[in-house]
Amino acid sequence: MINAFYQVMRRELLTAFRRIADVFNPLWFFIIVITLFPLGVGPEPQLLLRIAPGIIWVAALLASLLSLERLFKDDFSDGGLEQLMLSPYPLSLLVTAKIIAHWLLTGLPIILISPLIAVLLSLDFNTYWAVLFTLLIGTPILSFIGAIGVALTVGLRKGGVILSLIMLPLCIPVLIFSTMAIDAANFGQSYIGALAIMGAMLVTAITLAPFAVAASLRVSVS
Amino acid sequence: MWKWLHPYAKAQTSYELAGKLIPWFTIVCCISFAVGLVWGLAFAPADYQQGDSFRIIYIHVPAAILSMGAYTSMAVAAFIGLVWQIRLSDMAVAAMAPVGAVFTFIALFTGAAWGKPMWGAWWVWDARLTSELILLFLYLGVIALYNAFSDKVLAGRAAGILTLVGVINIPIIHYSVEWWNTLHQGASITKFDKPSIALSMLWPLLIMLLAFATFFGALMLMRFRNEILQRESHRPWVKALVMGGK
Repeated sequence: MINAFYQVMRRELLTAFRRIADVFNPLWFFIIVITLFPLGVGPEPQLLLRIAPGIIWVAALLASLLSLERLFKDDFSDGGLEQLMLSPYPLSLLVTAKIIAHWLLTGLPIILISPLIAVLLSLDFNTYWAVLFTLLIGTPILSFIGAIGVALTVGLRKGGVILSLIMLPLCIPVLIFSTMAIDAANFGQSYIGALAIMGAMLVTAITLAPFAVAASLRVSVS
Repeated sequence: MWKWLHPYAKAQTSYELAGKLIPWFTIVCCISFAVGLVWGLAFAPADYQQGDSFRIIYIHVPAAILSMGAYTSMAVAAFIGLVWQIRLSDMAVAAMAPVGAVFTFIALFTGAAWGKPMWGAWWVWDARLTSELILLFLYLGVIALYNAFSDKVLAGRAAGILTLVGVINIPIIHYSVEWWNTLHQGASITKFDKPSIALSMLWPLLIMLLAFATFFGALMLMRFRNEILQRESHRPWVKALVMGGK
């Protein structure tokens, strides 16, 4: 079973690296959205520092939304998804592997370039750590919640808009607590409480979302 | 109990049962609406701080309670549909969603109208208001997802799963006034041991709650009947019903 998990993950990463542009496009999108804000509201460091948490997280949310469709779309159209369902292993386990691979390809790059964002938005060191931690805990939640939305809409011809309609409301709690943590760090307060709540959300998402994803895929493929 | 419930898994029986129940719900709804509105708006004493503007409570609170209650019953129906594969409960989810969305909107709208003179702002980003707004978005998402599928059987199941995922928001709304220090006041009638509201104000509120609940029931049953007719339109009994001009 561990082997099946590993194989699915390996395959996901391999197909993604064969078409590396798909990995980078959401990342460019993330950076471009973030550069739009200083141009739009003005480049004063004080102002940027104040709105930085919102900018970073809204951009991360949109970037993950953009990359989510890829999660099941190709497998759905070439029949790979049916093969996964027919395999003797539990579907929820296999989709967990897919979601983790997806996070490695979309969430992790955002975290890796986050120092660049810190420079762009003139964050101080303490705030940057808060940004890093919230991204580290928060982006997997987005992947897991988003996977439910993709699984529900993958069979639809115009699934993209519906996907954002049903996924964004579910992601609002992540947004609230992550910006709360970054704000607290901004004011030099302890932000461990907000992080703990996000950790609880992550654990809940990891344990429950795979079942919802598996059930949704069965609806979409039937 | 299964033996008693089992006939209602058949669409026709449920359709007829809904038809029998609608008049009762409508009658109770009309009476309690009339009594509750007149009592609440004209005879209940004015609040010592807020004056007469507190009277919006008679619309706002029942709508807000029902907006959450409707979502909870959608989740229960979705769960039944998912676990026991009963198609009718998927139809019930679809029937309830728009009604619940409108109730949520009423709660938000009346809250805004009350907030303007009392808090000095139409909208405040506090936890209760935000989570209620998310609830509205969840309703809209369920409706959008349901309408996106052309196959209504799949649509019902997909909407059911989404409903179950979104149910996590309900306890957040309910406890938001306790968990966070919000501008919105805490619960005043759900504390059964000692309600923090005068009895002369509480009674009309309870009657209005009954009115809204039966209103929801009647609307939902009507939509449920339509849903059954549309989905079962190829069945002989529906054709007979239409041909009979009943």
